[in-house]
Amino acid sequence: MIRPLLSFFSLILMVILADAATAQELIPIPEFTDHPIKETIHPPGPPAWSEHLDLAALLVGLSLASWFALVKRSRRGLYLLAVVSLAWLGFWREGCVCPIGAIQNVALAVCDPSYAIPAAVVALFALPLVFTLFFGRTFCAGVCPLGALQELVAVRPVKVPVWLEHALGLLAYVYLGAAVLFAAMSTVDEPIFVICRYDPFVAFFRLGGSTNMLIFGGCFLVVGLFVGRPYCRYFCPYGALLGLLSKVSKWHVKIPPDQCVQCRLCEDVCPYGAIREPTVAQPPDQRRQGRRRLAMLILLLPVLVALGAWLGRGLKGPLSRLHPTVRLADRVLLEETGQVADTTDASDAFRKTGRSIEDLGREAIVQTERFGTAGGWLGAWVGLVIGAKLIHLSLRRRRTDYQPDRINCVSCGRCFWYCPNEQARLGLIADSPASSSEP
Amino acid sequence: MADENHKIDRRAFVGGGLRVAGAAGLVGVTGLLAGRKGQAEQYVWQIDPDKCMACRNCETHCVLDESAVKAVQCFLMCGYCDICTGYFLEDYSELNTSAENQLCPTGAIVRTFVEEQAGVRYFEYTIKEEDCIGCGKCVKGCALMNGSLYLQVRHDRCLNCNECAIAIACPSEAFRRVPASRPYLLKKTAQALYEKRANDG
Repeated sequence: MIRPLLSFFSLILMVILADAATAQELIPIPEFTDHPIKETIHPPGPPAWSEHLDLAALLVGLSLASWFALVKRSRRGLYLLAVVSLAWLGFWREGCVCPIGAIQNVALAVCDPSYAIPAAVVALFALPLVFTLFFGRTFCAGVCPLGALQELVAVRPVKVPVWLEHALGLLAYVYLGAAVLFAAMSTVDEPIFVICRYDPFVAFFRLGGSTNMLIFGGCFLVVGLFVGRPYCRYFCPYGALLGLLSKVSKWHVKIPPDQCVQCRLCEDVCPYGAIREPTVAQPPDQRRQGRRRLAMLILLLPVLVALGAWLGRGLKGPLSRLHPTVRLADRVLLEETGQVADTTDASDAFRKTGRSIEDLGREAIVQTERFGTAGGWLGAWVGLVIGAKLIHLSLRRRRTDYQPDRINCVSCGRCFWYCPNEQARLGLIADSPASSSEP
Repeated sequence: MADENHKIDRRAFVGGGLRVAGAAGLVGVTGLLAGRKGQAEQYVWQIDPDKCMACRNCETHCVLDESAVKAVQCFLMCGYCDICTGYFLEDYSELNTSAENQLCPTGAIVRTFVEEQAGVRYFEYTIKEEDCIGCGKCVKGCALMNGSLYLQVRHDRCLNCNECAIAIACPSEAFRRVPASRPYLLKKTAQALYEKRANDG
């Protein structure tokens, strides 16, 4: 009789103790005669080795893609690799072993020292960049599942007008700047990761998602039937980074195995408008004019940057609405001034915390100002991108052969098969009339 | 020194210089991040049950068709109530397990009789996880009493999205990233109870 009584008191005591700790009253658990108190079961997450496996797969994929593109010169190999990586990184790993998204984690980690970024994510971000520095954009050719999906659906690519190609190409840099900025402005627990939010194909990889995401991705696929790789060329922020590195890469895909016969078959077949034709010599007066234009544009660059920064600062209102604190403060203000009658979950939760409205307002103002600064940086970046593009366009280069544009070429290898010299190398056609007359 | 083989091509020189700069930049960023004290561990999403207000966003905002968030029962906190506010509707007609009395829209809570002491009947409530849709109705109900039912991200289901759609929709900032080696969170009350039990042996 005493024992249960004692245990009852100990329970009461326990409850009081717990009460003191958390200021919440608990109905005590009865002391059951023959019933053990169960443990809550928590399923384990993915094993730690899975991320190493992903990295290993990425490394193998990058090596294979570079080998197929530069050494083996095998379009078939690249195509198969793309299919495999679409299946592995895309559908099996559900598109989330993603260097494109890792940009944001790296940006956040650089700006927020409290975010201890996992080493695997840094490796995921850096590996394709390193490979590109040596071999060009072979990551895009055969490893990236987003690229692979678009590569497979590009069945009737049309030529995009050159001016449109150049203009749309700028979007990727703007997107890169915006994504880095928003990531850097957010916190690790409430990330503003726009690249992930507007990933066009992740809903397909998961075989399910919101209707908006499916429509959004479907549009990209339908457009992708006629315009090769629309996401890669005009939006992919990682592609923008890779393009810059590919520009100075140590090696790069070559179209003819040795000599160019100037047949322009490769340029016709490239679905991505990434092959540049040989240049013709300019008369001296045109060259002088070109130099003057270049000088003008170089002087214009700082003006564009300053103008962009000024315009960008003005965007602090709409930009700051992306931040949850600013949204909450706006809402609470509306409720307090009686402009709206009902409350939202967020404003309820805020009132439950007992924080003062002044405090929230102060933080919202600080955040809005931060977004003003950030908007200035973003505007300056856009100005820089436009200015740099104009300068890049007015730089004269001398080309005697058809060459891949190192920034835009994704090393897909479609041009190989169309090069007569490549056909000769493979022994598919005779080398020359002289050699074909031999038995 | 006019050796043809050693003549430096300007374009190649600039290209090489930029390549080295690119490599140096990459090494710099990687080194900076690697040099931080931080752990090299993976992070996963989890709900802080003390902040959660069971708003139902978990049910609808997860990118999975069936949310990765489910209700769990902390048995150590449960009062084993006969009239469980997490199990029965406020206007239940009878204290039985028929669906019309149940708060849970999918009948995912199993109510089993444990024993009767001094005229009080005690029941155990267990979540049938495969039926739970993470709506949090039981969590809201249980919050009136002990609050032993709470929502957690189930890591056998969670895709661990880089930008968790529920975390963005969460009104009370209850979502946060936790180290993958300790992927579940307890209420402070439960924590105290577990510590107490451990101290008592």
